[in-house]
This record gives sequence, C-alpha cells and structure tokens, in this order.
Amino acid sequence: MSTLAIDKTGPTRKVKLRSMSRDRTWALRWSYFFLVLFAIFFLIPPVYMLITSLKSSAEISAATNPWWVFHPTLSNYVELLTSNQFLRFFWNSSMISIVVVIVTMLISIPAAFALARMKFWGSATLATGVFLTYLIPDSLLFIPLFKMLAVVQDFTGITLLNRWYVLVFIYPTLTVPFCTWIMIGYFASIPKELDEAALIDGASWLQTLTRIFIPVALPGLIAATIFAFTVSWAQFLYPLVFTTSIDQLVLPVGITTTLIKGDVFNWGQIMTGALLGAAPPLVIYAFLMDYYIAGLTAGATKG
Amino acid sequence: MAEVALRKVIKRYDDVEAVRGIDLDIADHEFIVLVGPSGCGKSTTLRMIAGLEDITDGDIMIGGDVVNDVPPKDRDIAMVFQNYALYPHMTVAENMSFGLRLKHYPKAEIKARVTEAARLLDITDLIDRKPKQLSGGQRQRVAMGRAIVRNPKVFLFDEPLSNLDAKLRVQMRIEIKKVHQKVRTTTVYVTHDQVEAMTLADRVVVMNKGRIEQIGTPNELYHKPATRFVAGFIGSPAMNFLPCRLEDAGGALQIRLTDRIAFALPPARATRYNALPRTDKLLLGIRPEHLTESHAHLGPGVETFDTVLDVTEPMGMETLVYFGLEGTPVCGRVDPNAGAADGAPMRLAMDLNNMHLLNEETGVVL
Repeated sequence: MSTLAIDKTGPTRKVKLRSMSRDRTWALRWSYFFLVLFAIFFLIPPVYMLITSLKSSAEISAATNPWWVFHPTLSNYVELLTSNQFLRFFWNSSMISIVVVIVTMLISIPAAFALARMKFWGSATLATGVFLTYLIPDSLLFIPLFKMLAVVQDFTGITLLNRWYVLVFIYPTLTVPFCTWIMIGYFASIPKELDEAALIDGASWLQTLTRIFIPVALPGLIAATIFAFTVSWAQFLYPLVFTTSIDQLVLPVGITTTLIKGDVFNWGQIMTGALLGAAPPLVIYAFLMDYYIAGLTAGATKG
Repeated sequence: MAEVALRKVIKRYDDVEAVRGIDLDIADHEFIVLVGPSGCGKSTTLRMIAGLEDITDGDIMIGGDVVNDVPPKDRDIAMVFQNYALYPHMTVAENMSFGLRLKHYPKAEIKARVTEAARLLDITDLIDRKPKQLSGGQRQRVAMGRAIVRNPKVFLFDEPLSNLDAKLRVQMRIEIKKVHQKVRTTTVYVTHDQVEAMTLADRVVVMNKGRIEQIGTPNELYHKPATRFVAGFIGSPAMNFLPCRLEDAGGALQIRLTDRIAFALPPARATRYNALPRTDKLLLGIRPEHLTESHAHLGPGVETFDTVLDVTEPMGMETLVYFGLEGTPVCGRVDPNAGAADGAPMRLAMDLNNMHLLNEETGVVL
C-alpha cells in the first residue's frame, strides 16, 4: 500500500521514504518473528493440556505420539464435572476470589484516592510503605500468619484454621498493596484541576471519588480488578497451608492433592482440571478487556 | 452577585512569600483582571479567592462575609481553568449541570439553565457530545457554560485563553466580554497577557513579585502608570526608558538626553518637574507612538532630533523603527510612507506632552 502511494511522489522523496519504510518493514519482520516465537512458547503447555485432557489414561500411558489424540474421549471432563469434590473446589475458589476482589477494591480505591490526592502529613511515605509491604513474599508471611490465626482461634474459640473463608482475610495482604499502588498511579494521572473543578462545583471528597475519579480511572480499576482476581484464583501457598480438609480446598490445591495419589498421577484429570480452572480468568479477561480502553481522560484538558 | 474584598492577604509556602499583603476591593458587577509576569502571585491570589489555597494571613470577603475558612463549594463561586478541566466521561450537558445536580436542583430548572447557557455560548448543537469530540475553543465555552449555569456570586477565570491559538483567543476574548455584559456577574480574571487585560477589564490590577503595583482602569494604567514596572508592562511595543537629567537653561527647564540632544519641557511639565533635584538619576519614559516621523506642522511640546535607524519593521498600518540613543535601544512608530529604511538617517519627533519622568532608583513615576 505505502509503496504504491510513494511511487506517485517525486524521485528524491521516493528514495527517502523507501529507506524509511524498509527500516519499518524489517522492524515489523523481527517483531513478528519474536511474537510468533513467544506465542508458540506460551501456547505449548495449554495445547498439551488440551490434548492430554482428551485422552484416556490408557492412551496417555501408551507409547504413542503424545501430540496427537487417536481415540478422543470426554470422559475426563464428565468425571470431573460430575464429581462433587471438584465442583466444591470450584465453588470455594470462586467465592474466595469474588469476595477478595470486592474487599480489595473497597479498601484500595479509597486508600489510593487519599494517598494520591489528600495531602496529609506522611502521605508520600505511606504510599511508598504500601508498596514495600507488597515486596514481602508470601513464603515469608505464611508462618507468622498461621501463628496469628492460631492465637486468635485459641483466644476467641472461633475456628479460623482449615476454613476456606479465612482466605478471604489473608489474600488481601497480597492484593491490597499492589492494587492501591496501581490506583495511586492512575489517580495521580488525573489532572488536579478536575478535582478542583468538582470541589468548586460542590462535590464532597466522596462525591469527587465516586462521580469523577472512579469513572475516569476505570481502566486502572479494571487492571486492578484483573490483578486481584488472578492472584486470588491462582494462589497456592496460602490455601495449602491454611486449609487441609477436602471440602475446604480451592482449585489449585484440590487438583494436586486429590488427583495425585502417592506416586500415581491421574494426568488426564489433572490436565482437565487445570484447563477448566484456567477458564474463568480467561473469560474475565476477555470480558473486561472490552472496557479496558486507555485514554479515557482524553478531552478533559488540553491534550 | 457580590463584591469581593481582600485585606492584607498573605500567602507563604514554607519560606517563600508568594503573595505579600494584598489589599483589593472589587465592586459588584465589576470585571477585574489580575495581570503580571509568571510567578507574580496572580494565580495564587485567584486560587485563594476560590478557596483552593489557604491564606496564611489576612481576610478574604465575598459579599461582605469573611470566607477565610469557608470551603470552595460554599463560597458560591465558579471557576474556569486554563486547561478547561471538563469531566471527560460526561457529555457537555452533564458537565454543565454537574454542580446543579449535586445540589439537587429540580430537573426542569437544570434543563432550563443548561439550555439558556448553551444558547448564550452558542453550543446548543454540542450539548450531547463528550469533551474529547470538541475543539479547544468549544471546550472553553463548555467550561464557561459550567460556570454560568451555577449563577454564582463571582466568576473566577484562571488564564482561560492561554491554551488557544492567537486567532481563537481574540474571538473568545470578545465572547467573554459579551457574556459579562449579559450576566453582569462579578468577575476576577487572571492573565499574563496585557492585551487581554486591557481589552477585558473594568479595572486592571498589575501585580509583580507578590505585590500590587497599581490598580486602575486600562486608560489610567496606560497614560498614568505609577511605576516603571507598570509603564513597561502595559503597552506593546513597550515604553522606552532613556537615561536623562533635568537642566535649567535660561530660566526654562530642559531635559537632556545626550550631549547633543536636549529638549525644553512644555510649560505644564516644567511646572510639574521644577521642584525636582537636578540629578542624573532620572529616566525619560516615552511610548513608541510618541516617537514619530517629523513633519511640517508639529504642535507645541513636540521636539525633533536626527538619528540613524538600525532596524525597521513594517507592520502595514505603521512601521516600527529601532535606533540607539547613547547605547539605549529605542523604538518608535512612524507612518509607513515616511520613508524609514534600515540604516537610513531619519528625523524623528518626540511628543513631550506624553512623556513620563521616572526616578531611576525607585522606579516611581514622578
């Protein structure tokens, strides 16, 4: 297309533009090369999961081509989707993730707004502090957290250990700092004049937040939501530590504990479970990406 | 509608004093323009009136009430920002009605007010658009509409035209003036553009380094500047300042610019300056339009001298001529047909009836 248009212009221009478009062509070729490479690299595991999930145990252990299904069967899917155990894991995971996302948003959004806009003593230090807490790995935190829950349980008599809902209190330690941090960035990018205009128009801080900041920073909000959901959905260490009974497990832990018996790996069902488990985040990404459009502040100020 | 008063208002940021004790009385319906170079404290003053900045000391009164600790929303003011600050997710109508909706006005009244403001600003067709679908000038109209629908006591404008291109700026300037003639709301307008200040204001407040240099009507500031800063800031091209001294020459008072150029002062000026000491520390202030080509019918008080022009700038209706007097660059305005040319000698006439004499050290106009 572009070379066609160029041919119509004068000769000196043509040479100049052609060298430019040649650079561009090569840049594009290289980017496609690497993109395809990455795509293959990242798509092999899920494809392999899909292939394996469609095989019977006999076919998996048979020495045939592992990349081909000779006798496709849905038995793994039927078995998992009719097993109360698996549905229980699914339910636990869903409930936890949804509640965690809500809790995270309820804490992060006002926190980020306060840290980004209401200048109070120590707000900048606090904002950095929020991010630093995120840098502490969960593998360091789980023992003190376990101890804390045990102490609370001893004192109050409320059962906290080995209950799936306790994870709703634990996960926000991972999600809140990071989501707050993302939201601070998004809120800080909103022009100061916008909240001043709202302030003069008669909005309270809360109204400024709900009627101006949240709609304007929606892409950031969605990014934070996706993050919080993914973290809760994929979390492995905390549920492994805090829940033990089969009916309290979440998907990642449930699949590994129930489908691996000793040294017997039920590969077909493991792969099916992993594939089904990966579906909700995918659906949520696909759904929210439509709303995840950058540049929502366009037009607010001179751009 | 209300008058606004500032009493010894001070704004201090840590150890920097941005506004150093301002006294200002703004009458009801008045259009006041705060003008000055960047960093002179004009925007800070406006933001203090709006309540967006706390005041360190002094009092701000709107409609007779001290509002020092009143939050912006309760001051009954509306502000138009330099970068428009429209809510990007709302349509034009929603933007304009936001303040009214927050105050739970009846729907019918909101609609009536928005329609009226849109008609006034000629944006009726744009009412359902989002800000990003508007041009700069249209966005600024919407920002003004948002202020108008509130029907506030005071309008505050913070350099509203600075983001527009030159042509649109002139057009919007006229629009703002028209709107003010219709709604008559007390207005405080901040700009660094002295032309905007002169054309819009009932009275102009010239600020410099956190202080008010002079308050007056555009004509007063132009013809009777109080200080060198005002004299140099108002008017384009700027006033010339020439080192000079007063001399007595045979009973008459004369002003000496160079060894070879000295002019007798017109009688009115001579009486006014007679009591002054005959020192060197004086400046003659003369605007370019009072330095014109010499011709046969010069009036009293107009003196001629010969010079060689450095540069000429033909502007169409006039030609600006630049030359040096004892090393001081000087600008004059001559008729395009007066034959001014780069490097050419020319006889110029200085109208001493419109001269100013300044103390070089204090900068005060004498």
